[in-house]
Amino acid sequence: MADIHQEGAGADFDLSQFYQIFFEEAAENLDQMEHMLLDLDLQEANDEELNGIFRCAHSIKGGAATFGFADVAELTHQMESLLDRLRRHEIQPIPQMVDVLLESADISRVLLARHQSGAQDEPPSTADLVRRISELASGQVPAEPVKPAAPAATPAPVQPQPAEAAPAPAAPARPGMRALQIRIGPIERLEQADAIKELFRDIAGLGTITDLPSSEPNMRLFAVETSSTDNDLLDLFAFHVAKEQVQIHENGAPPAQGESFGFFPDAPGAPGSKPGNALGAIEPTSPVTRIAPKVESKGGSQAQMESNTIRVSVSKVDQLINLVGELVITQAMLAQNSLGLDPATYQQLISGLADLDRNTRDLQESVMSIRMIPMSIVFSRFPRMLRDVANKLGKKVELVTLGEATELDKGLVEKITDPLTHLVRNSVDHGIEMPQDRLAAGKSEHGTITLSASHQGGSIVIEVRDDGRGLSREKILKKARERGLDVSDQMSDQDVWQIIFAPGFSTADTVTDVSGRGVGMDVVKRNIASLNGTVEIDSSEGYGTRVSVRLPLTLAIMDGMSVGVGDEVYILPLSSVVESFQVNPDDVNTVAQGSQLVRVREEYMPVIALEKVFEVPRFDMDKSSTIMVVVEEDGNRVALLVDELLGQHQVVVKNLESNYRKVPNVSGATILGDGRVALILDIGGLVRRARH
Amino acid sequence: MSVMEKEKATESAATAGAREYLTFRLDQEEYGIDILKVQEIRGYEPPTRIAHAPAFIKGVVNLRGTIIPIVDMRLKFNCSKAEYNAFTVVIILNLRNRVVGIVVDSVSDVMELAADSVRPAPDIESVIDSECIMGLGSVGERMLILLDIEKLMSGVDMGLVSAG
Repeated sequence: MADIHQEGAGADFDLSQFYQIFFEEAAENLDQMEHMLLDLDLQEANDEELNGIFRCAHSIKGGAATFGFADVAELTHQMESLLDRLRRHEIQPIPQMVDVLLESADISRVLLARHQSGAQDEPPSTADLVRRISELASGQVPAEPVKPAAPAATPAPVQPQPAEAAPAPAAPARPGMRALQIRIGPIERLEQADAIKELFRDIAGLGTITDLPSSEPNMRLFAVETSSTDNDLLDLFAFHVAKEQVQIHENGAPPAQGESFGFFPDAPGAPGSKPGNALGAIEPTSPVTRIAPKVESKGGSQAQMESNTIRVSVSKVDQLINLVGELVITQAMLAQNSLGLDPATYQQLISGLADLDRNTRDLQESVMSIRMIPMSIVFSRFPRMLRDVANKLGKKVELVTLGEATELDKGLVEKITDPLTHLVRNSVDHGIEMPQDRLAAGKSEHGTITLSASHQGGSIVIEVRDDGRGLSREKILKKARERGLDVSDQMSDQDVWQIIFAPGFSTADTVTDVSGRGVGMDVVKRNIASLNGTVEIDSSEGYGTRVSVRLPLTLAIMDGMSVGVGDEVYILPLSSVVESFQVNPDDVNTVAQGSQLVRVREEYMPVIALEKVFEVPRFDMDKSSTIMVVVEEDGNRVALLVDELLGQHQVVVKNLESNYRKVPNVSGATILGDGRVALILDIGGLVRRARH
Repeated sequence: MSVMEKEKATESAATAGAREYLTFRLDQEEYGIDILKVQEIRGYEPPTRIAHAPAFIKGVVNLRGTIIPIVDMRLKFNCSKAEYNAFTVVIILNLRNRVVGIVVDSVSDVMELAADSVRPAPDIESVIDSECIMGLGSVGERMLILLDIEKLMSGVDMGLVSAG
């Protein structure tokens, strides 16, 4: 259905390289959600908390859908629905909700761990949870909240377990299969017991195995579905554990029950404690997995989220970068001081210093590279997601990506991914029309979504552009009035577009699992604001929408040109420098108000003397500014008058505002090789100043 | 939450009787600031000037990769002379996650002052907002002006934070 076209990159790429990021994010989100759930005061749940929990679920759902983990996406979608009603105060929070949400978070973790390890065994079932959540969401308070309802009492509201999530045999209790519970222990080394699971994985046709909770720490309990006899199984297991340690029971026999739920030996409500229910016909998937909830925490190695990267806080990396910077300066100082030494006498010292020089530079390079990643990492997440979403909605969408090589700070990449995902989803769902509508409107059948990244005037600008239906002013105003927001018809377009950033605002008529809850935009805005960025919307009804995210270069590395004015050094972003030349007095003209213009190849442009703008003190009156540097911003050019050009180098952009305040015409600062601070000019500001 | 509160509680318990002050001189006057706000003390190095900043903001310097503003307290408090020589000292303050350096003539001592040796400051006309003076401490013959440095530095007239 959807054609995914990606410019400048192979069309077929491996999405799995981003799995790790998703798993880590999801794990963090789950932890955070659990925290917030546990802290939640049910009597006086405040909106901020509920919104926070909701956003966690929403983020996981978004990621899971992107990567095609349908089971996780489905479960979190249900959680989200419940949370959505809660935060809208349509229903009152009750303890059962927290229970069920916590349980869902646990199951999500297991499901994620399965996807991460690529396990082929039966996934734990989510159907029961999904049903309970939707009951709670519809306002019913189950009398016995945790008791699984009789089969068919409530039709499962959604299809549980799409086929791809259950690679293992999915037929319910096939003939000739026996459902068993196997207890292993007491045993000292539990890994031996866990090794049994591998037997089932390795030996085709042996059957399936699932973890069950075991109340005793030195015991393992498994649910097994197999056609083999007890003796065959015992022989197999003998590779790992002694026969005496293995007990096999036909499912339905009582002994295992007390084991499963040590605190409530006969709790009728414990999910899956009744094998009778477990064998019920609610689910098309394997009945054995009904017993799965709560297994994961004791489930042994496979349920653990594995990680082969280290997540390090950004501040630690920053500290590293700063320390290396200091080291480079110290090294430069040592090199300077050793210049006058006699090589014959100090040969060892000098060769040592040369090594130090090389090593510090290598070290600096490696440390810097920790932070920077190309934008393509973010962009290449989208084709797959777009394809799935477009398919789901029956739309035809092309994706074009530009500026993938733009390097972005890792911290920013991580934080920009979620907002961008929302924006792209929104574009597909709300922006792009159905193919027939597009044809009727005289457009091509395929909608186009363009993702672009570029450095602009000391910022990184990421745009999500679509050629869809655009935003409807009337619709937004109407919805805003319905929600009781203060709006008027005289508002400017820009102000109207800003309304869609209000929490919970959505003009979508139906809520889909793609979008429409109105959660996207407020999250987008919040996330981007937390990065000191801005979001701008530009839209024209019928022609499309452009959302530009502008982020400051907080830690990005920039190519800079250093110029001298008086005794001071300023840095110009090299990207905005067009050319520089020695000025010829004849080329400079003055206009009535005293502002100067310079002619460069038949074009007149304003002259800005940095000396005046920055009130540079002059001690050497013989020197004067004779060099013009032409800079460009948004197509406007101005000529900066400077004393001398000092060189080009990569600079680490530092924020002035973290300890000081915003300085006019300055976008940031950097540290020069000698340790001094140099200010980076805000070309955009200077150009605006000159053009006004 | 609770951990923080606990920390606060222990902190205030420990300092209820006496607090430690770093004392420094500006011209003939001696000032004291809460030692807990002080991050380090360094020599003066010429900062990078910032255009259009008030005269007492000397500019910004690189403190191990962080860019921090430098305020000359002698200019701020209208001292008669403000020289920069090998003895000029910069006290690096850490105030609510912001780092600021202040230039003083010299750092004298770290002093423990019991609560009863601190008197409230009389209302006087001065360049310092009386809100920012915690009190006057007397140590023998000397008088210490105890500054609430955090309040002083975050004031609008310091121009260290963007207005609004």
